[in-house]
Amino acid sequence: MEHLVVVGASLAGLRGAEAARKAGFQGRLTLIGAEPHRPYDRPPLSKLVLTGGVAPGATTLPNLEPLDAEWRLGSAAAGLDRSDRAVILESGDRVAYDRLLIATGARARPWPDTVQNRFGGVHTLRSRDDAAALRGALAAGPGRVLVIGGGFIGCEVAAACRDLDLPVTLVESGATVLERVLGSHLGSVVAALHAVRGVDLRLGAKVEALEDDDSGHVVRARLADGRTIETTCVVVALGAVRNTEWLSGSGLAFDEGGVDCDADGYVLDTDGRSDRTIAAAGDVARFPHPIYDGRRVALEHWGHAVAQGAHAGRLLAGQASSPAYAEVPAFWSSQGGVTLKMAGLTEGADGLVIAQGDPKTGRFLALYGRAGRCIAAVSFDSVRWLPAYAEMVAAGAPFPPIHGAVDQGRLRVLPPGFPKEDER
Amino acid sequence: MPDPNPDRIGPSPSPDVSRAAGGLRVTVDLNRCQAYAQCCYAAPHHFALHGAEALHYDPAPTAAARDDIERARVACPVQAIRVEDAGRQRA
Repeated sequence: MEHLVVVGASLAGLRGAEAARKAGFQGRLTLIGAEPHRPYDRPPLSKLVLTGGVAPGATTLPNLEPLDAEWRLGSAAAGLDRSDRAVILESGDRVAYDRLLIATGARARPWPDTVQNRFGGVHTLRSRDDAAALRGALAAGPGRVLVIGGGFIGCEVAAACRDLDLPVTLVESGATVLERVLGSHLGSVVAALHAVRGVDLRLGAKVEALEDDDSGHVVRARLADGRTIETTCVVVALGAVRNTEWLSGSGLAFDEGGVDCDADGYVLDTDGRSDRTIAAAGDVARFPHPIYDGRRVALEHWGHAVAQGAHAGRLLAGQASSPAYAEVPAFWSSQGGVTLKMAGLTEGADGLVIAQGDPKTGRFLALYGRAGRCIAAVSFDSVRWLPAYAEMVAAGAPFPPIHGAVDQGRLRVLPPGFPKEDER
Repeated sequence: MPDPNPDRIGPSPSPDVSRAAGGLRVTVDLNRCQAYAQCCYAAPHHFALHGAEALHYDPAPTAAARDDIERARVACPVQAIRVEDAGRQRA
């Protein structure tokens, strides 16, 4: 009997396994997960779990197809032997496969100083256990929370602190929050939202060191400009690193940015040849995106984990009719009662228009363009406009989109304000 | 639904609430959600809008909520709600 092994028991792995079954795979199925938990949903971990609205253990994902699977939870993969077709676990156990789905995801990038990173009160937020620990710390009512990093996780954590009426300082080294994803023009709209809600924003600032109280618990942070922030609860939100180290020696092409895949979703070896027994999906998979001229991307999006996981599952089940994966990237974030949703990728944008609504009212849709084509759209509390603009992104429609239409004047193209490469 | 059940907050590592309770598991595709709020009318104790478009929902309702959750799932105009009934064993 053929054996399909899924390494990574989170959203992409679960939906991949389900899709393989749905596509008719009747062989043996094994899911291997580093954590002891069944697959769980991450989006609530930085929102309702922190505010106490949802228990960390309530986030287990629904299982949508009968799996008839074996679960190896709490056992991380440590190696891949392709010549023998086996996954090697940390325990030394070998799990033989005929087909393999790599869905090992990513982990939070730790605070770079390994001593300070181990101080009590220093958190990262990625897993369910991370969220439970941070929820416990927030519920204890710290005098001030320090969030390092103004990306989506940092912003959502800061918003959750304000929901709990906790004093919070957010330090971001860039010109504003969410600058890499939205650019400074819309990033500053989000920054204003947090400032109004009482977040102490330190933009263009850098935490140089965390200091402890001699018992190993953090008590303050020292900024590069010499100022200090007294805090007993620090959340390091500096992005993610892909879990690819276990592929060392496998002959596959990978680095900390992901494992390389071909256009179908099969992984590539270091000579650029596809291994058609192995597919990858979710955060860990770096693949050529057809909407963006085949640019290689690895996307940390919930919807992508679902869609690419299912694509890989069908592929490994031998469903030949699987069309190439071309899902429009999409994600959402809610922070401080505002919901922003995005379709497409903004990277390389050279123009921005406010296509609907008005940032002054808090409800609007912005469209990003590059070289005369629409590449991304983002809605702020205006999601019903988004599907129409997502279609324009998928089609690569001309940018700016409307010139002097009857119901809408000429759209003004603004500089989106992305940091220059050497500043990133 | 700011706080459906604060007593559920557990220490780390957290127990698996829905399985222990024999209840349901719910997830909403919030890319798809258009904030029509039909789920909030169908199951007001388990779905609520915060602000204009932020949908808060209970991912682990008890078995007693089965009918409400099913009504919400069916009512969603964009079919964004996915439900597993943990009472029916799936492995």
